Amino acid sequence: MSNITNEGLILACSAIGAGLALIAGIGPGIGQGIAAGHAAAAVGRNPGAKSDITSTMLLGQAVAETTGLYGFATAIILIFVAPLLGKL
Amino acid sequence: MSMLSMTGRMMFLVGAESVDSFMIKPCLKYHLFGQEVYLTTTHVSLVIVTILIMILAICASKKMKNPDEIPGTFQNIIELVVEMLDNMVKGIMGDNARRFVNYLSTIFVFILISNISGLLGLRPPTADYGVTLPLGLITFALIHYNGIKKNKMKHLTNLFQPFALLFPINLIGEIAVPLSLSLRLFGNVMSGTVMMGLLYGLTPIFVQIGIPAALHVYFDIFSGAIQTYVFCMLTMVYVNDKIAD
Repeated sequence: MSNITNEGLILACSAIGAGLALIAGIGPGIGQGIAAGHAAAAVGRNPGAKSDITSTMLLGQAVAETTGLYGFATAIILIFVAPLLGKL
Repeated sequence: MSMLSMTGRMMFLVGAESVDSFMIKPCLKYHLFGQEVYLTTTHVSLVIVTILIMILAICASKKMKNPDEIPGTFQNIIELVVEMLDNMVKGIMGDNARRFVNYLSTIFVFILISNISGLLGLRPPTADYGVTLPLGLITFALIHYNGIKKNKMKHLTNLFQPFALLFPINLIGEIAVPLSLSLRLFGNVMSGTVMMGLLYGLTPIFVQIGIPAALHVYFDIFSGAIQTYVFCMLTMVYVNDKIAD
C-alpha cells in the first residue's frame, strides 16, 4: 500500500468522483421518460397537434437534461483536466 | 487552455494512442505577444465547415437569382430549408420574426453542419467549449440588448422583482442562461464524440463493422439535429420573453 504516489491517489480518486458524478444521469432519464410518456398520451388524445406536442416535448426534455449534463461536464473535467493535481 | 494539456495526461492514463482520437490536438504552435498559442483540430474543422457553408450559400444564391419555373432537386431543397426555418422562427416570435430570422437561420445551419461534421471524419467544432460559449454569449447579448431596447430601465429593475432580497437569485438565473445553453450543446456533442472515440479505440476490430453506422446515425445526425433545434428554439424563447408585449 505504501507505494501509491500522491499523484496516483489523486488520479484514482478523480476517476471515482467522475463515476459518481454520472449518477446525475438518473434524474434526467426518469424526467425525460415521463415527458415522453405524457407526450405520447397527448398525441393519442389529439393526433392533430402532433408537431406542436413534439416540439414542446423536445424543448422540455432538453431543459430537463441540463442537470445531467452538468454531471457529465464535471466528470469530463475531473478526468481530463484533473484540476486537483494542481493542488499538490 | 487546459484541454490542450489533456492529451498527454490522457495517454498516461490509458496507455494507448488510438483511444484519444476524440481529444483536441494541437496542429501548429506559434508565439503571439509572448504567449504560446496553438492552432488546434477545432480551428481546422471550423474552417472546413465554414468553407462548406460558404460553397452551399454561393451555389444557393446563384441558383435563386434565376430560379426555374419548375424547381429541380437543388432548388427544391433550398426552398424547403428556407421555408422550414422561416416557419420555425415565425411560430415562436410572431411579428418580430423578420428581425431575427437571418441570425437564427445562420446559427441553425452552422450548428447543424458542425454537429454532423463527425460523419465527414472531422472532430465536430461544437465539441469544443470555446466554440459553444461564444454562441451562448451572443444569445445573452441578444437577450439583454433587446430587453433594454424594449423596456428601458424597467429591464434592470425587473431583477429586483418581486422584492429586492431576490436580486442575487435573479442575477444567477440570468447568468445561468448562456452557461446552460452552451454546456447543453457542448455536453451532447462531446458525449457523442467521446463514445465514438472509445468505440473506435477500445473495441476489437469485428465490432467496428456495421455497428458504428447505427451509432453515428444516433450521435451525429439525430442528437446533432435535436440539439441544433433546441439551441435555436431556446434562443428564440428567451429573446421573445423580453420583447413580447
